[in-house]
Formats: sequence, C-alpha cells, structure tokens
Amino acid sequence: MSYLANLAKIFVASAFVNNIVLLQFLGLCSYIGLTDNMDASIGMGYAVTFVTVVAAAVTWIIDHWILIPYHLQPFLQIVSFILVIGSLVGLVEIYIKKMSPNLYKSMGIYLPLIATNCLILGVTFINSMHNFDFIESTVEAIGSALGYFMAMLILAGIRERLRNSELPDFFKGKAIAFMISGIVALAFMGFQGMIK
Amino acid sequence: MKKYLKIIWNGISPSNPVLILAIGLCSVIAVTNSVKNALLMSFAFSFVLIASEIIISALRKAIPNEIRVPIFVVVIATFTTIAALLARAYFSSIYEAIKLYILLVVVNCIIIGRAEAFAYKNPVIDSLFDGIGMSIGYSWVILAIAAVRELFGNGTIAGLQVFPSAYKPALVMILPPAGFLVIGVLVGWLETTLKKKEAKK
Repeated sequence: MSYLANLAKIFVASAFVNNIVLLQFLGLCSYIGLTDNMDASIGMGYAVTFVTVVAAAVTWIIDHWILIPYHLQPFLQIVSFILVIGSLVGLVEIYIKKMSPNLYKSMGIYLPLIATNCLILGVTFINSMHNFDFIESTVEAIGSALGYFMAMLILAGIRERLRNSELPDFFKGKAIAFMISGIVALAFMGFQGMIK
Repeated sequence: MKKYLKIIWNGISPSNPVLILAIGLCSVIAVTNSVKNALLMSFAFSFVLIASEIIISALRKAIPNEIRVPIFVVVIATFTTIAALLARAYFSSIYEAIKLYILLVVVNCIIIGRAEAFAYKNPVIDSLFDGIGMSIGYSWVILAIAAVRELFGNGTIAGLQVFPSAYKPALVMILPPAGFLVIGVLVGWLETTLKKKEAKK
C-alpha cells in the first residue's frame, strides 16, 4: 500500500471507524456539557481541533527527539505531554479572550477545561502507541478532531430539535443526550466494515 | 472517628463522584464492558487518587495559590505513571486492553476536582479518608455497571459462567453504544429521584 493510501486509511479510521467520542469515549465532558448550545459547540470544535493538531505535532517532536533517544519514555511521557498541552491551552485561551470576547463568554468554564479534555491527551497517546511518524500523527490528530467536531454538531443539532418536543420526564436533561449518543454510536458502528 | 466515617460515607453516597457529580465519565463508559477491566481500572484510580490527595494535602502550605493547578497535575501525573507501570508489570493482558484509559487517569476530572476542592484545604488525615471514600464511591459504581453489562452481554461475571450456556448473549451490551444507553438510564433514574426528593421538601 502506498504511503498516501495509508494516510487516507488513518484519516478514515480516526474520523469514522474509531470515532473518538462515540466509540472511544474521549472528550465526553464537553460533548455532553456544551451541546445544548450550537454556537458554543462550534466554538469548542474549532478550539479543540486547533489544540489537538498542534499538540500532536509538538508531542511527537518531544517523544521522538528527546524521550526515546534518552530512554525516558516510560517514566516521563505522561508528565511531559500534559505540561505541553496545558501551556498550549493557556495560549489559545489568551488568544480567544483577546480576539473574540463573546465566544470566550459563551465557552465559559469549558475553555480552561480543554487542558483536562481527555481527547487531546488521548490522541497523543494513541499516536505514540501506534508508532506513527510525524505526518501520520498529524493526520490522525486532524481525523480525530474532525470526528469530535462532527459528533458535537450531530448531537447539538438533534438537541436543538428536541427543545420543541415533549419528552417523558425521565429523559429530560442529560439522560436523553446519552441515549441519543448511544444510538448515533450504533450508527457509527456501521462504518466498521470500511477498513480491514 | 465519627468525623472520618462521615467523610468516607460522603464519597460513597451523598456526593458520589460518578453518579451525583457526573464527572469523569470517559473511563466509566469505556472500561465497564467487563468486570476484570473495571477492577483493574478501579485499583489504578484509587491508588492515584489516594496517593495524590495525601501528597497535595501535605504540601498545601508550600504550594503558591497562583500555580496550584500545574503542581496538582504534576503530582497526579507522577502517580499515574507509577500506577501504569505497576499495572503493566502485574496484569499485562488486562492492561493492554485498557491501556489508554489508565494513562488518561491523569486528566480525570474527579481527581483534579478533589485535589482542588478537598485536599488543598484540609489536613492529611482528612484527605486520606476523603480519598478512600471517593475511591469506594467510584469503584462500586463502575463494578456494578460492569457486572450488569457483562452479565447480559456475555452471560458471565468476571469470567465465571452465570447464565446457563443456552442463554444467547445480547452482544450489544458489551459494545460501545450500550455504554451510553446504560449511563443514560442511570442518569435519568438519578435525576428523577433527586427531583422527587426535592419536591417532598
């Protein structure tokens, strides 16, 4: 298989077949918490996409140029990755606060929480587990982030519709969001045959 | 002594981290497809939570307020590394299955939340008991969910056959979608009970 076909396979696998939210359960806090507001979901989607891709690139460099050559990977990987991501999120937060105060307000508590969003750290660990090279890691990060964005949009769209429908009391609030995610996840399992 | 029992009980039921606070759900859904996975996950989680609460509470007067979160994260990351290496050494086959989620204990909202809300403000012994209580609270919930999912999805609990072999397992229960469905029902049940309680008051 050519290198390009391999990249395409990684992209499809990370965006659809192993969708990071619906089938791997990463980033659930913001997925459930923010999707009752379409604008906040979109803003969060952009922020997470940006941070994930940059974080994947930076942590790949740290992993392969510092941790592996000096045999530090088993001991220092978690600590160094989380610190890199924490500082990146700080930068993004300052940038958004300056450029678009409205967006900053609507994202509220979730923006600082990107630092503890398991999705970003999860993608960097997945890259390191699969021994991806630099370009593969970046593609995997883009695919996962778009998968997250897509899941956010799907759930936000459905929840917007639900506002006008009458739900049983039992399912009001978060419960219905989880049930819908379960059904969407079932649909996503249909992609499983796409990649051998 | 009564005070400590009360702290432990607080973690088990009144402010159960998973059910009432509804945080840290990623690992809850991911590892509950079998009881063995859930067991290893709850050991790793308890170890990291208790150890980091003790260290953070012991250092609470030395940690400057402005940079407390990065310090919490470094402490938690250290213990997560220890837990991951221990799990890899002693339970390697289960570890391979849930590796990602053990590594991600480091960003578990429950641990950072308890460090910030309890350990940073209370003495070491209290924090130790808070850690124990929260660990029990987390563990019983994920073990219960895992038992239900494995029982219906595979007919077994922790690998032991429970249902007769004529039982045709509902495979979907151990696949990802059912994780969402089970949590959805649980959250719905919980919110309804809480609403009823408030209405009574």
